[in-house]
Amino acid sequence: MSGRRLRVDWAACDGHGLCAVWAPDLLARDEWGFPVVLGGEVPPAALRQARDAVRACPALALALVPVRSREGANRTKG
Amino acid sequence: MRRLLAGLRDDGQPVRYADHLALHGPLPSPKDLLGTLAGAGLRGRGGAGFPVVRKLEVARQAGGKGPVVVNVTESEPASLKDQVLATRVPHLVLDGAQVAARAVRAREVVVATHVGSPAGPALRQALAERRDAVRVRLLEVPARYVSGEASALARAAAGGPPLPVLHDEPLAVRGPAGRPTVVLNAESVAGLALHLRHGKAWYDGVGTPDEPGTVLVTLRRSGQAPGVQEVPLGTPLAVLLPEPEGIQAALVGGWFGRWLPAGIALAAPLSHAGLRAAGGVLGAGVVMVLDQDECGLRATAEVARHLAGESAGQCGPCVNGLPALARALDDVVAGVGAPGLVDRYRGLVRGRGLCGLPDGTADLVGSALEVFAEDVEAHRRGGCLRPAGQALAVPARRAAA
Repeated sequence: MSGRRLRVDWAACDGHGLCAVWAPDLLARDEWGFPVVLGGEVPPAALRQARDAVRACPALALALVPVRSREGANRTKG
Repeated sequence: MRRLLAGLRDDGQPVRYADHLALHGPLPSPKDLLGTLAGAGLRGRGGAGFPVVRKLEVARQAGGKGPVVVNVTESEPASLKDQVLATRVPHLVLDGAQVAARAVRAREVVVATHVGSPAGPALRQALAERRDAVRVRLLEVPARYVSGEASALARAAAGGPPLPVLHDEPLAVRGPAGRPTVVLNAESVAGLALHLRHGKAWYDGVGTPDEPGTVLVTLRRSGQAPGVQEVPLGTPLAVLLPEPEGIQAALVGGWFGRWLPAGIALAAPLSHAGLRAAGGVLGAGVVMVLDQDECGLRATAEVARHLAGESAGQCGPCVNGLPALARALDDVVAGVGAPGLVDRYRGLVRGRGLCGLPDGTADLVGSALEVFAEDVEAHRRGGCLRPAGQALAVPARRAAA
């Protein structure tokens, strides 16, 4: 399996902060409570943490996605 | 050089359809339209510069049949070129929309404008003069930056709200309604219409080998009416500024561009590669000139404050971070803030949103701190009394501190 990373859907995230509780090695919170993803690829040993964090998000805003998948933010304006 | 703007009327009126056809000839309709366009070097003119025909090929390979959305919203706030195209040569834009639609077998063309823009009525009037193979629908979206972001337009075209959305695949592969959605800038499709009519050899006859053709440049400078000019890609900026005396710096690429000191800016070729090498970006072709008696930090702070108010309110780091970033920069301008705090907020917004607004703002502010580093010190000592000037065209309602 290729590497995975945590991705936040910023439109869905309300900054509840549960993800950072479940995955303290992978996520911090900024001064407004929104998650800060620490690093890129999730190390194999932390995958369980990552999955717990994804499940814990009440807004369904967190996903574990292939490292190379697009961020979703479209930089173009068409 | 006038290609896109050929036949422009002096009275400001749009070129009528009959005159348009007399000037450019009928739009060819080859059986293998996409094959005919293959190898076209035309790159998107909305800012990112993605190869236009490549986008069409991707959509076609994904099955096509979704809408082609033509972006005339000009959400790069300082740009005027798409409005010029829509109000002066609307049929070239509508021709290009048909070319793109036929190339991907789209069932519909959606032409998006900002509410209140003269582009909408001009295009409506032009549509009444012609009959098109693919149905064209005009769509008005709120006059704000985020409405013009590609995923927001794709969503609005599919009946949703005009707000950016997370998408796992490129819109040309899978848009909000599930079908490939091709979003192209007005100048991009106008270029397609020229390319199809005149062929690759003609199209590539001007510009650079990697970036053929012409580009529309919006030029702004305090005390002068903003202008839109068409130049071959690779033209040095100095050609557009016959009176370079008194120029301090230029913001190239628009509000989401980069500041360059005058000497570097004037020598830079207007192309993606040329401006990148000079430390700038081409973006949507906006160049704003800062004069010696104006303050680049103050001007940037005005833009940052305006952009902070442009957040769609969807993404937490943008909602909270852009106002904090703008305030931190205001404090630097007032001589009481630390550039380090500005950089901290730049880091907190970058890459943490669904559209280019947070990143664009962070990059603009970062470039100002770099190019105007000496001014930061002057502000700390209370020694800069220069005004922001008008080159950056910040709407008045938010320009006041």
